Amino acid sequence: MKVSLSRTWRVSKGLAYREPVVTLPALKRARRSTVVLKYTMAVSGLIMVGYLLLHMYGNLKVFAGQDGFDEYAHHLRTFGEPMLPHEGLLWIVRVVLLAAVVLHVYSAVRLAVRDRKAAGYKNGTRYHSKQNRRGVQRSYATFTLRWGGLVIALFIVYHLLHLTGNQIHPGGASDSPYERVVNGFEIWWVYLSYVVAMLAVGFHLWHGIWSAFTSLGQNRADTRRGSRLTALAWVLTLVIVVGFLLPPTAIFFFGLGS
Amino acid sequence: MRIFIRAWRQKNAEAEGKMVTYALDGVSEHMSFLEMLDVLNEQLTFEGEDPIAFDSDCREGICGMCGIVINGLAHGPEVTTTCQLHMRSFKDGDHIDIEPWRAKAFPVIKDLVVDRGAFDRIIQAGGYISAPTGSAPEANAAPVAKHDADDAFSAATCIACGACVAACPNGSAMLFTAAKVTHLGLLPQGQPERDSRVINMVAQHDAEGFGGCTNIGECTASCPKGIPLSTIARLNRDLLGALSRGEA
Amino acid sequence: MTDTSAFPDLFDLGTDIHDTKAPGGPIEQRWDTRKFNARLVNPANRRKLNVIIVGTGLAGAAAAASLGEQGYNVQTFCYQDSPRRAHSIAAQGGINAAKNYRNDGDSIYRLFYDTVKGGDFRARESNTYRLAQVSANIIDQCVAQGVPFAREYGGLLDNRSFGGVQVSRTFYARGQTGQQLLLGAYQALERQVAAGTVKNYDRHEMLDVILVDGKARGIVTRDMVTGAIEAHTADVVVLCTGGYGNVFFLSTNAMGSNVTATWRAHRKGAYFGNPCFTQIHPTCIPVSGDYQSKLTLMSESLRNDGRIWVPKNKADLEKDPREIPEADRDYFLERRYPAFGNLVPRDIASRAAKTACDEGFGVGPGGLGVYLDFADAIERMGRKTVEAKYGNLFDMYARITGEDPYETGMRVYPAVHYVMGGLWVDYDLQTTIPGLYCAGEANFSDQGANRLGASALMQGLADGYFVLPSTLPDYLAAGPFEPIGDDHPAVVEALREVEDRVQTMLSINGTRSVDSIHKELGHIMWEYCGMERTEEGLLKAIGLIRELKNEFWTNVKVTGVNEELNQALERAGRVADFIELGELMCIDALNRAESCGGHFRAESQTEEGEALRHDDEYAYAAAWEFAGDKPVLHKEPLTYEYIEMKARSYK
Ligand SMILES: Cc1cc2nc3c(=O)[nH]c(=O)nc-3n(C[C@H](O)[C@H](O)[C@H](O)COP(=O)(O)OP(=O)(O)OC[C@H]3O[C@@H](n4cnc5c(N)ncnc54)[C@H](O)[C@@H]3O)c2cc1C
Ligand code: HEM
Ligand code: HEM
Ligand code: SF4
Ligand code: F3S
Ligand code: FES
Repeated sequence: MKVSLSRTWRVSKGLAYREPVVTLPALKRARRSTVVLKYTMAVSGLIMVGYLLLHMYGNLKVFAGQDGFDEYAHHLRTFGEPMLPHEGLLWIVRVVLLAAVVLHVYSAVRLAVRDRKAAGYKNGTRYHSKQNRRGVQRSYATFTLRWGGLVIALFIVYHLLHLTGNQIHPGGASDSPYERVVNGFEIWWVYLSYVVAMLAVGFHLWHGIWSAFTSLGQNRADTRRGSRLTALAWVLTLVIVVGFLLPPTAIFFFGLGS
Repeated sequence: MRIFIRAWRQKNAEAEGKMVTYALDGVSEHMSFLEMLDVLNEQLTFEGEDPIAFDSDCREGICGMCGIVINGLAHGPEVTTTCQLHMRSFKDGDHIDIEPWRAKAFPVIKDLVVDRGAFDRIIQAGGYISAPTGSAPEANAAPVAKHDADDAFSAATCIACGACVAACPNGSAMLFTAAKVTHLGLLPQGQPERDSRVINMVAQHDAEGFGGCTNIGECTASCPKGIPLSTIARLNRDLLGALSRGEA
Repeated sequence: MTDTSAFPDLFDLGTDIHDTKAPGGPIEQRWDTRKFNARLVNPANRRKLNVIIVGTGLAGAAAAASLGEQGYNVQTFCYQDSPRRAHSIAAQGGINAAKNYRNDGDSIYRLFYDTVKGGDFRARESNTYRLAQVSANIIDQCVAQGVPFAREYGGLLDNRSFGGVQVSRTFYARGQTGQQLLLGAYQALERQVAAGTVKNYDRHEMLDVILVDGKARGIVTRDMVTGAIEAHTADVVVLCTGGYGNVFFLSTNAMGSNVTATWRAHRKGAYFGNPCFTQIHPTCIPVSGDYQSKLTLMSESLRNDGRIWVPKNKADLEKDPREIPEADRDYFLERRYPAFGNLVPRDIASRAAKTACDEGFGVGPGGLGVYLDFADAIERMGRKTVEAKYGNLFDMYARITGEDPYETGMRVYPAVHYVMGGLWVDYDLQTTIPGLYCAGEANFSDQGANRLGASALMQGLADGYFVLPSTLPDYLAAGPFEPIGDDHPAVVEALREVEDRVQTMLSINGTRSVDSIHKELGHIMWEYCGMERTEEGLLKAIGLIRELKNEFWTNVKVTGVNEELNQALERAGRVADFIELGELMCIDALNRAESCGGHFRAESQTEEGEALRHDDEYAYAAAWEFAGDKPVLHKEPLTYEYIEMKARSYK
């Protein structure tokens, strides 16, 4: 009987394949799997979380006044001398951090591209129905992680130019890190930009911290809400967001340092 | 009641599809969703149109054959299978959108029918315990702690409907894969193959073109069998252990 | 036994038929003897032997996995998109096994005894004994595969009592036993697919068998995605295609359950055994309207605590049941069967409910329902306990009906659930066509005229894991048979027949939808060949079915073309076969002028309205041969060496 269709249509359309052709042994494929990419995301993310906690702690030194803050900044650079060269610790931290950022972004991009394709999005939509666009919670986490991550990336560039490199210096350049901070946060739009960035970080971490531990296999609860990790994520996120926002807020609203 | 069905019509895997609207009168609230489609199909048959193809078999919520995205939600507004959804969940005059599961690994065969063969191949990769017929020891020789047996059972209730994939914004089949890894990994019989099982199943999951899991949880929220989210963490944990031991 | 056809216009009488494979001797040793005498196949030769297994339910999947492991080259077929969706998945209650874990006096012999008695002395002793014998191995096998049976706190397997027997021998996995057993077999099957010994064809429907020199050598299938009509050849063919309850349109079977595979084999020469033996389950959710597509079973276990009643006064029929006082309720099972009460076997409970409704006391839409009331149980045990025991069933009821069973009595009505009839097979499970085997619900072998609860799963797995893997090699030892090419005249002819049939159905283009014809057939079958049958009704039914058959072939409307996924076409093929089967069922029911098990002939009852068997005349299995317009009946006399034939009594 004449039959026009074949069961191997999937190859012809480049859509999917009925039986995927695999060349690598399973162990190798498992090592390169999405799950392993997620381990990378999680570990690099947690390293960055650790850094943020330290960084936030350092920032709170602003309340110790100019000397206290600048001394702390100086101390960071001389820590471990003469065993470590000048700025040795800082460079170790920077390398680890850079590696984390690179791995994090690399994995994020690879996963995001793959995930969109896997879900069969076409022209930005997956289902034609306009009802229940967000599902039960469908778009929430991907949105905060992906768009939130992008906002953070932009922020980091801006932030480094501002406070580390001092290439942009709203409110005036200075050799004193303390002054750089104070000068900046007296200006409303600088303050606002940091607040926005902190919210992005907050959302990213609220899901991210929970998710990182889950990616590493640590969630034992049946639902997101029932998980003890959710509580942990809340606490850490609040600590980080509030902790970071304290100094700029003190400067902007309460005239700290002026 | 009178309702309007906006259905995805696609002639075959190679054809382009589109949404088409049909009006249907005399819908009773006691009808199941699929019975409503049966009635619509009778109407289409007499109008000389091709009836809407959709999958179903047991119509009892257990075979996993049915599955339609209804108003953007996998299996519709209730947490159940499409065949167990009833028209009393809708109102007179409603416009109901129905679409197939959409995912790269689930090609549409026709209208609302998709190919879920990928699930079988994930099971082939390792979703079993090697126990050749005739070699089994006495059943009560290895007791299983009741809570392990209960958790294994909960994971084992997955019906392979694919709603998790349809609901996941990443098109990930991690919940399905994790359910089997959990079911077998919790039992003493499943230990010898525990490492190779998770390695092979994850490798196959990815080869099929499913997405990665961002721990969104939309899958559990849509799963008609309530497969818990912790199964995914368990898969992650098992794979981490297996890779660190390094044998497939 | 009479030696002339009781209805010479309808069927002829052929010679008696006998099961030649079951060895004699002590019943405990027969299976071992048979296995020992069976020929073996050298492992090196097995790869060259091809086995086709149609159906991937418990019987098919278990057989395919086991034969694949042994090294045969196996092909499996199913009409669903995955072997895991076979209808076995829907079984709720449990699976029996003579493990005697409860130390309550169970034994192989007792399971054997209960099955023969439950089957109302219309099953073979040898087969039933073997079934009881291997039942214990089934549980071992399933546990080794990881089937998560219910366990007690000590970690050992739990049991419950089921289906009106006095011992606790039923193993279960919550209300999803069939699902878990099937997944075990399915996973074993997929393991073999990965190992390359089994190839599975999903969305393939078998439409015919191919015979060469009188032997089964292959099948014709339609690829339900592309419409391709293909021949698959092999050395032996096994049908594990499940039951044909859908001949009644409404049943608890899956939408796709069909008789096509076995019916086509029947037309090619396989005898059909006891087609009229149908099991009707008393507690199903009643029909709510004529759009209804299938019926849902409410587990038998509900009868342990629920009480069944109807109003005593017709004036109360429309009332809220909670307002009907105790004195105005008729607990008809408790009244008629004081000893067993609500726990009488399925056939008896079903018929009593039908009687109550026929007399005009039925409740709900169309008066087709009786109350299954938990008010007393809730008062006695508390809502919590009832919830723990039956919560999932209550939820299912609430979901389907939109009513809250904790508040008002549930309404239930009997529905077709299982068929004891099927292809006639010998002890080896071989049909009357050499090289064609049949297992699971599709054959007629082990359940007699009525099946006990939790015994179908047992039979499916016994056949698949243990019987076929021991008996098929005996046949295959004579192979490999001469290969059959695609151009073999038998193949060409079989393909042409199927293609013609498909094209005919597509070309009629009449005015009746396939479903409407199927529904009409269902009405006829339920009315005249359902719970109660009479000579007059059956004769009428045969006439109606013949008219309907004509209507189908002249006025059916099948939309679309063959070369696509075409669900109307799939259904049309199945309904055409159901119509022919329906006629044979009525003829079989007409011939058997006795009441036994699931077959109740109104002419044959006691003064109290109980079933009356006629062992002198009907102690045989009816094996029907297809012969064009008029089937031929071959009787297989049944003798009981171990269990004395007695009338069942549940008073
Ligand atoms: C609702 C319900 C509850 C039940 N509960 C119990 C219980 O608690 N205990 C118990 O012991 N029994 C129970 N039974 C009965 C039992 O489930 C069945 O008898 C048994 O599972 C049948 O298994 P099987 O392997 O013979 O066939 P099935 O599981 O029905 O498999 C049939 C297979 O054949 C295939 N097939 C059919 N026709 C074709 C064709 N033409 N071409 C290709 N493939 C085809 C199908 O795809 C499928 O794979 C229940 C039955 C029902 C309906
Ligand atoms: C209001 C919030 C913040 C303030 C006030 C702040 C302030 C500072 C200051 C003063 C420095 C320079 C320190 C030095 O050169 O000694 C710095 C460096 C840095 N900050 Fe922040 N920061 C904030 C938020 C963040 C956030 C949210 C991130 C990351 C997401 C971040 C990442 C960094 C990095 C990567 C450096 C460079 C460290 C290095 O030089 O090695 N900061 N920050
Ligand atoms: C540089 C810009 C960043 C981008 C583009 C980015 C992007 C992402 C994305 C896309 C994910 C989700 C990955 C997935 O599940 O598919 C993610 C997860 C995560 N991110 Fe980021 N992120 C960035 C910065 C950060 C920072 C600064 C931190 C911490 C301080 C962080 C912590 C995390 C954590 C903990 C996770 C969860 C990992 C997991 O789910 O396993 N990210 N990020
Ligand atoms: S995990 Fe749930 S949603 Fe996914 S296939 Fe299994 S039952 Fe369906
Ligand atoms: S929705 Fe998708 S991202 Fe993971 S938790 Fe579920 S698979
Ligand atoms: S048809 Fe079986 S689960 Fe819906």
